[in-house]
Amino acid sequence: MWDDFVRLAVAKANYWIYIVLMCIGLWGMIVKGNLVKKIIGMNILQTAIILFYVSIASKAGATLPIITHHGPGTDSIQAVGHINPLPHVLMLTAIVVAVATLGVALALAMRIHRDYGTLEEDELLAMMREK
Amino acid sequence: MSVHYPALVVVMPVVAALIIAILAWVHPSRALPVAVAALAAAAGAAAMMLVRVLAHGPFAYHLGGWPPPVGIAYEIDHLNALVLAVMAAVALINLLAVWPQAEQRFAERTVFFYALYLLFCAGTFGILVTGDAFNLFVLLEITSISGYALIGLGRRDAALASLNYVFMGTIGASLYLLGIGYLYLVTGSLNMADMAAILPRIQDSRVVTAAFIICMTGLFMKMALFPLHGWLPNAYSQAAGPVCSLIAPLTTKTMIYVMVRIGLYVFSPQFTFGRLDLARAMVWLAVMAIVFGSLTALAQTNLRRMLCYVVVAEVGYMVGGFWLGTRTAMTGAILHIVNDAAMTLCVFLVVGTIGHQLKSDTFDTLRGAFRRMPWTMAVMVVAGLSLIGVPPTCGFFSKWYLLGGALAAGHWGLAGALVFSSLVNTLLFFRIFEIAYFEPVNTGNYGHAAPLRYAEAPPAMLAPMIAAAMGLIVLGLLTGEIVTRLIAPAIPAAIP
Repeated sequence: MWDDFVRLAVAKANYWIYIVLMCIGLWGMIVKGNLVKKIIGMNILQTAIILFYVSIASKAGATLPIITHHGPGTDSIQAVGHINPLPHVLMLTAIVVAVATLGVALALAMRIHRDYGTLEEDELLAMMREK
Repeated sequence: MSVHYPALVVVMPVVAALIIAILAWVHPSRALPVAVAALAAAAGAAAMMLVRVLAHGPFAYHLGGWPPPVGIAYEIDHLNALVLAVMAAVALINLLAVWPQAEQRFAERTVFFYALYLLFCAGTFGILVTGDAFNLFVLLEITSISGYALIGLGRRDAALASLNYVFMGTIGASLYLLGIGYLYLVTGSLNMADMAAILPRIQDSRVVTAAFIICMTGLFMKMALFPLHGWLPNAYSQAAGPVCSLIAPLTTKTMIYVMVRIGLYVFSPQFTFGRLDLARAMVWLAVMAIVFGSLTALAQTNLRRMLCYVVVAEVGYMVGGFWLGTRTAMTGAILHIVNDAAMTLCVFLVVGTIGHQLKSDTFDTLRGAFRRMPWTMAVMVVAGLSLIGVPPTCGFFSKWYLLGGALAAGHWGLAGALVFSSLVNTLLFFRIFEIAYFEPVNTGNYGHAAPLRYAEAPPAMLAPMIAAAMGLIVLGLLTGEIVTRLIAPAIPAAIP
């Protein structure tokens, strides 16, 4: 049984890695009380999904998706010999989205720190209740 | 030109937002006309597309001339033509109504308010027209990120409320992206129509089921379905008035549209309502959302916060109607997307105006409001009656279909929740009317009533607000047309 488990874990390593990373990210966002730690957790979550996409593009024994001999009179393109470039391209967009989200989140955190002088959630909530 | 309307609806606000961001350094005062022109053009294009769909049926636009499934296609059909036309009108009316407030409130930052406003609208319109699942994610994030920034413009506590929204919104969007990744893994496509053609052949696969659940959970977070609604009340009640009356009508309703789109047009209705018995559980969750939202609204003493919980309850209406999976209930749910966008615009415009003119939005400041702001309160009465569901306002008709659908399906829980929520809404709004009409004005001056200061909003703010209130009645009177000519063709024949 242990052997089966190890074989499964190795064969599907990319999924295990992304699920573990995602759980770490969610853990950080839910449990941590410091806003910057929560932001880091958010970024780990987004990165986990980016890694998932990139990992599903790979194929055993495939090479870069660059076609050097395209055109009439040449061999047809063997898709099996090239990794799938589409997930990488999608993830370029997703990285931009993640960076923009991170930027907005950090800007908001800076404003909170300027207004309240702390980034600990419990202290912030206590201050808001006092008013 | 008319061929390019689907793209122009998205491109015009984006370009205008860039122009405004540049104008900020040169001619800040020119920003408003550019914003109004861009939104008016988008609303015009949306109306033209609605006319075209009515006359000739659905059509598609291939971005860059690349045919799907390789390229991104914007698909206009009966469903999104209707929602887009209303949402574009809502965005335009709101901008016309709130710009005087915004200029006072944000001062030199107003230019950036306009730029973010347009980006938000571009994202929303894009979500409505796109036929590509990944493109939808990108547009969703454009909307969300400009929404976070807009909410962050509010009062002091808004930054924390907005940051919490960032966390919840990002988890929601990431789950949607993950679900789309699973679908891509098994179908090899991102085009919705293409996926829909492939999925029936592999719908017993556990990957498809997982993709469905992950996608829907992400959307539930984004649409603030109970118990994932935590971000909404704080974010909306801390946001500035002009921002709130934009975001409240558009965000949750757009997400419900996406749920309908994915549930009916990417997955087949048989899969969505037949597999896993998920549909039954979802209707009960919607019942809980309605009851929870209504009861919590009853406990609020702040007008804006009360309406935030009314929004949470309204999300339950549409989710419940959708997951019942019958034709009548589905009609009600789709009709309610449109009606609720108009109603929410109306009430939040009124609350924003009251907050601006009277400098507070607690119930106490409403005393004597009918004499101080007669026109604004008249709009409030129309919007309140619509949320309660009094004919001929539009709220009555969508509730009628939802209730009829729930009764026909024999779902007493949902029917009961709908009636209960209508009763609570009656209580909520008549309490406001009573305070504003009958309660003595307390000036805090040892009982010596000071003369009431007339505090009506300027005509520039009033006119769009009154137009929005008229819109509620017009939408109500047009219900028959909307249902037979737009919603009936939009619901797949497979739905009983």
